[in-house]
Amino acid sequence: MSDQNNNSIAFVATETIPESPPPARETGMVKWMRENLFSSVSNSILTVVALLLIYSVLKNTLPWIFNGLWTTSSLAECREILDGTTGACFSVLTERWNQLIYGFKYPVDEYWRPNVAFVLMLVAIAPVLFFDLPRKLLIFTALYPFVAFWLIWGGTILAPLVALVGFVAAGAFFQKFGRNNFALGFFGAVVIALIIWALGGAMIPEGASDNALLPAVPSRDLGGFMLNMMLGLTCVSLSVPLGIALALGRQSDMPLIKGICVVFIEFVRGVPLITLLFVASVMLSYFFPPDATVDLFLRVVIMITLFSAAYIAEVVRGGLAALPKGQYEAADSLGLDYPQAMRLIILPQALKISIPGIVNVAVGLFKDTTLVSVISMFDLVGMIRGPILASTEWNGVYWELFGFAAALFFVVCYGISQYSQWLERKLHKGH
Amino acid sequence: MTTLTDPPKESFRLSMLINDTRYRSLTFQAIAAVALALAIWYLGNNLIQNLRAAGLNISYSFLGDPAGYDINQRLVEYDSQSSHARAALVGVLNTILVAFLACVTATIFGVIAGVLRLSNNWIVSKLMAVYVEIFRNIPVLIWIIIIFTIMTAVMPGPREFRGDNATSSMVLDLFAFTNRGVYIPMPFFENGLFGSATLNWVLVVLVAAGSWYAVRTNNARAANVQAETGVRPKTLWINLAIWLVPFIALMFIMGLSWEVPELKGFNFKGGIKVGGPLIALWFALSIYTGAFIAENVRAGIQAVSKGQTEAASALGLRPRRVMNLVILPQALRVIIPPLISQYLNITKNSSLAIAVGYADITATLGGITLNQTGRAIECVLLLMLFYLTASLLISMAMNVYNASVKLKER
Repeated sequence: MSDQNNNSIAFVATETIPESPPPARETGMVKWMRENLFSSVSNSILTVVALLLIYSVLKNTLPWIFNGLWTTSSLAECREILDGTTGACFSVLTERWNQLIYGFKYPVDEYWRPNVAFVLMLVAIAPVLFFDLPRKLLIFTALYPFVAFWLIWGGTILAPLVALVGFVAAGAFFQKFGRNNFALGFFGAVVIALIIWALGGAMIPEGASDNALLPAVPSRDLGGFMLNMMLGLTCVSLSVPLGIALALGRQSDMPLIKGICVVFIEFVRGVPLITLLFVASVMLSYFFPPDATVDLFLRVVIMITLFSAAYIAEVVRGGLAALPKGQYEAADSLGLDYPQAMRLIILPQALKISIPGIVNVAVGLFKDTTLVSVISMFDLVGMIRGPILASTEWNGVYWELFGFAAALFFVVCYGISQYSQWLERKLHKGH
Repeated sequence: MTTLTDPPKESFRLSMLINDTRYRSLTFQAIAAVALALAIWYLGNNLIQNLRAAGLNISYSFLGDPAGYDINQRLVEYDSQSSHARAALVGVLNTILVAFLACVTATIFGVIAGVLRLSNNWIVSKLMAVYVEIFRNIPVLIWIIIIFTIMTAVMPGPREFRGDNATSSMVLDLFAFTNRGVYIPMPFFENGLFGSATLNWVLVVLVAAGSWYAVRTNNARAANVQAETGVRPKTLWINLAIWLVPFIALMFIMGLSWEVPELKGFNFKGGIKVGGPLIALWFALSIYTGAFIAENVRAGIQAVSKGQTEAASALGLRPRRVMNLVILPQALRVIIPPLISQYLNITKNSSLAIAVGYADITATLGGITLNQTGRAIECVLLLMLFYLTASLLISMAMNVYNASVKLKER
């Protein structure tokens, strides 16, 4: 038996069969489609329905977009040229571009000022968003609000200068005394800033804005998407520190402080933003001194800031609560006092946890700036619904205008949320 | 011999108010109290001075005066001679109506989109991702206005339904979509058991509630039998009968009929008219909030660990039962709290009604009444009070629910 050669058995293969390619239905595109699109009957039906939906949407919008006209001067002219065929009338965007972006009252010769402010904003915001950039840039970020204020509102340069000097003096005082005694440093800095502003305000001569380098623009002349951007940026940056303070106040073991913060936060979160805007437009002026005229922009900024501060406070509170108790105890055992513990140990960690939430609030706030159109401010939506759709040339151009507004907001908000996801991945130090 | 004595009792010194942690919080609170009192006094003083200068006072007597304006969309009787308080009531009911409708449809949209986004069908999940991103990142005000524009500028006018070569026709001869609103058939009872229509509808609701209770009892009985014998008796047909038989009988006795809208004169008459603003607000809030709910649903389902699915499959449960008995109960615990806060958002966002002229509380009390009477402070305060109450009620319901589904721990 053993001498039998294996080769002599008929059914034993003598050579390896060459590798053949996998069957067509198990490779590449076909396999992917079988697995992802047509894995079962119901799945196939869903795929077909989805494809039909996409097809019908594209069939209606693509010709409309590609047939679009960009250079006519009125809707009637558009209709004449299109002559019954589908096509958009994008010329409303080109013709009214300035109104959409700057509002209808901002002086045309001064458009370069918001443009410069916008470019500088990108520079100022970069070191805040990307930690790898040189930290020296933060100095410019700190200066930016004053530069932007001067650029957009114009008038005398003394006003932003006095404000800046107040902040610098307060900051210097805090640097000197705040390290050892937080309360002394903080309250001293506030008092010093107030004194400087009062003195400086009194020193600015009457009519200083009349022949200023940049002509003054009153804030009721602001409008368009610029107004949305300004409201969003100002209110977010003001409400983050306020929100952190409120969150710390809510965690405090001093009953009075805690009570004030809880009542404020719950009250603001319980009412819609629009009622707060009503407060700004019709009610707030009753609470200012009788001779003071606080313009609507400032009143709206105050109310929106308070609104988003309450939401940010809740986000930060979540971050504070998520920290293990050991962190607080560790800070105590090192002998740090409350401000030191917060500044050095608690807040850096808590804020890191809260970043996605804060960005969500910021996106929501930016979207909510469109609500000011209800109290007759002419932001992007207000411009579209007011002066542009009411004009005889463009009465009836709905889709182009609202599509444009939607696209602008989508780009900004989607960009911010993508940034937040990127930051989350970057900050995530897997343990 | 040494004796241990307590350290000498330190007498209280003024500097301890700042430096001693035992007393410092008292100092801070005293400062805060003084600052708060000063702020209130300052604002109050300004208010009094301003009111005196304008010759106004704070009084709510205007609520009893005739409102003098009409409201199209209303759930209770109202005419222009009714009081401002009555107008506010109409507004409150309209707010509740649109908030309720939008909560229901937003949940449906959100759950469908959230589940489909997890589908293993590539094209469907991407489509849902696009839906979520587009609707989340564009302000709800723009959506409301866009849908309102569709409802008013794109829908045909009533006269296009007229004549032999009408360009528009009613859907199924029952529904009319016009630029003045959507007309749908209205059910009514020809020989109701009670004189008033409201009482008849209450009776219908009571019967439905009774059926629901009977079905629950039946299911509980079936569960008991299953626990004892291991075999679950069939409940489907009995439950169906419990639902349908009393309901159909009641409808038959009371003579249910439908009033179909008809074109009369220049407009449609009969049926229920759902105004364009209501539809715009309802639909926009639904799709906008639905996108947020979809994300919550997705997060909730993903929060249930894969091991749970595998364990349930190992026990021999079928996919549907795995979903119903294992995944959903656990996912719901994660989904419900953010869902309720989305309901809160819907309620608050319904105040955007003022942008399209839907007569909710913001548009009546905070809009026309405020402008007509000039009672800004009173109107805004009442408005805030309403929303605050609504928010607190909803969050109270949320807390009760959270407590009931909380993981029972030691």
